[in-house]
Amino acid sequence: MKRLPWFVRDAIYLAVFVALLLAAAWGLAALRFPGIAYYTRIIVLIGINITLAVSLNIINGHAGQFSLGHAGFMAVGGYFSAFLTYFYFSKLVDRYPSAQSALLVAALLAGGALAAVAGYVVGLPSLRLRGDYLAIVTLGFGEIIRVLILNIEKIGGARGFTGIPHWSSFFWVYFFAGITILVSWRLVRSAVGRAFLAVREDQIAAEAMGINTTKYKVKAFVIGSFWAGVAGGLYAHYLMYLNPSMFTFIRSFEIVVMVVLGGLGSISGSIIAAIILTILPEGLRMVKEVLHSDKDPRMIIYSITLIALMLTRPQGIFGRRELWQVLPRRKDAVPKKERDDAAA
Amino acid sequence: MQEILQNLLNGIAVGAIYALIALGYTMVYGILKLINFAHGDVFMLGAFVGYYAGRWAAAHAGNGHPATYLIAFGIMLLSMVVCGLFGYLNERIAYRPLRNSPRIASLITAIGVSFLLEFGGQFVFGPDPKFFPTLTPKRIVHLGGIVTTNYQIIVLVVAVAFMALLQFIIYGTKFGRAMRAVSYNFEIASLMGIPVDRVISTTFVIGSALAAVAGILFGLSYPKIDPLMGIMPGLKAFIAAVLGGIGNVPGAVVGGLTIGIVEAFVGGSQFSNFRDAIAFVILIVILLFRPSGLFGKYEAEKV
Repeated sequence: MKRLPWFVRDAIYLAVFVALLLAAAWGLAALRFPGIAYYTRIIVLIGINITLAVSLNIINGHAGQFSLGHAGFMAVGGYFSAFLTYFYFSKLVDRYPSAQSALLVAALLAGGALAAVAGYVVGLPSLRLRGDYLAIVTLGFGEIIRVLILNIEKIGGARGFTGIPHWSSFFWVYFFAGITILVSWRLVRSAVGRAFLAVREDQIAAEAMGINTTKYKVKAFVIGSFWAGVAGGLYAHYLMYLNPSMFTFIRSFEIVVMVVLGGLGSISGSIIAAIILTILPEGLRMVKEVLHSDKDPRMIIYSITLIALMLTRPQGIFGRRELWQVLPRRKDAVPKKERDDAAA
Repeated sequence: MQEILQNLLNGIAVGAIYALIALGYTMVYGILKLINFAHGDVFMLGAFVGYYAGRWAAAHAGNGHPATYLIAFGIMLLSMVVCGLFGYLNERIAYRPLRNSPRIASLITAIGVSFLLEFGGQFVFGPDPKFFPTLTPKRIVHLGGIVTTNYQIIVLVVAVAFMALLQFIIYGTKFGRAMRAVSYNFEIASLMGIPVDRVISTTFVIGSALAAVAGILFGLSYPKIDPLMGIMPGLKAFIAAVLGGIGNVPGAVVGGLTIGIVEAFVGGSQFSNFRDAIAFVILIVILLFRPSGLFGKYEAEKV
């Protein structure tokens, strides 16, 4: 396996992954018990949040730029792909039903591409701005995008965009989550990824080593927002409804929280934080049932948990490391000879 | 002409409120380099303290009480004390333990505190909007050609008074000198015997008390208050602080007034749908030309 070229290895990984996903999707569809629709929905939302968190991790974690506008990119991708499927592709599917998956992928990629263009436009000011100034400008771009969408009547405006075809599914959501993870993983271990890390660690030193910092900052924004756009498209085609109020800066905050809580720059950290922070508010619904009250304290517990987690692990759950670097080593990992020596 | 003056006056009244909130952002940022995202929700807390105190006062003293202005002032003081206390606890519990951690950690706890106030507010006060009591009798005032209320005048007078007070505290007292020293250089200030922790706590108390004043003034001008009311004004006040150069006190006032006035004009024009976006557009345009805001110092990169 190790001797194969990287793209063959990746192709094998992907094939195995797709096979597993198909099996899981089939299994999930075969399951029948009360509330399965609710659990499926949460599992799908986790997948979308993983895509969002891992893509934001490229910008905030690896390249060290501070973006607070991820919900805006998600909105661009979601609305554009929904626009394509609603006005054009659904008619094609009526005629050729077998083309649905291909058209979904096309719409998602188109949404991602437009989000990437938006990411380019937002990335440009990062030439001059840094730190908190950049954060507030990205937040501003996100809000401007939202207000613009609010005023486009063709895609529903403030009423929201209804009637989006229900094309996305467990399989597609996790397929794209897997691809995002793979891309981000390969990216970090490439020359581009090393340039990202250099820009994050010390911009001046990176510049002195001949890295075009501007180019890499913009690149991080473009790649990150592309996958955010894809996630937005998946979200749109799963919920079948979009509303500008879904994409306020509060949504961006939620994604940033996932990335920081997981540990900036840790891919597995982002994934695990995305899972925890999606399940937590849902799991806390139980509290209301236990308390027998009309008022729901779950979001209060959620915010207190958030503060407590940050106070106990300021560097995030995993810091900058990955899951397997944090876990205690297995006993087998110690070479046999050493074990024998220790025994003797 | 009259319409322009009218919009200008409305803009200045809103802008003064934004400026009061922006002062809290800019002071905290100047000292800790922390964007205190919970600040907008402290503003909400201030308005709600005013709401409950105002209702209590109205029930006990009646609306037409002769000392009505005195009572209103007392309510404002109470709200300032409550918010100041909250600001103190907030810094003590959520920010101080993280002072030596990466800055982003305290940013996330700030977001957490903000969520806590918003959801806690919905839990305790109820999510439905409430009507802020009229603390003092409301009258229409004609000033030349423009129509205004005594409330707008009160807002302006109170806001300017507190800005002047803050200016005096920062530049005229020993504590203010300590504050400037801490914001200039945290470590050296502590070497010079300045109690840095106490200065930071006090800064939070002052900032939160100013947010409480803004909350009361906002409640008087726009009587519908709800637990999420702090989000947008808080964000705009933060933009105002960045616009003026974050960390710069006069800059926050200028930024707040700018945003208030531009919003009033856009709100009165045919582009009123884009009112919420205009603050960001101004911000981006200004930052593209002056990356550190209008009055911010541009710090050259050094190795």
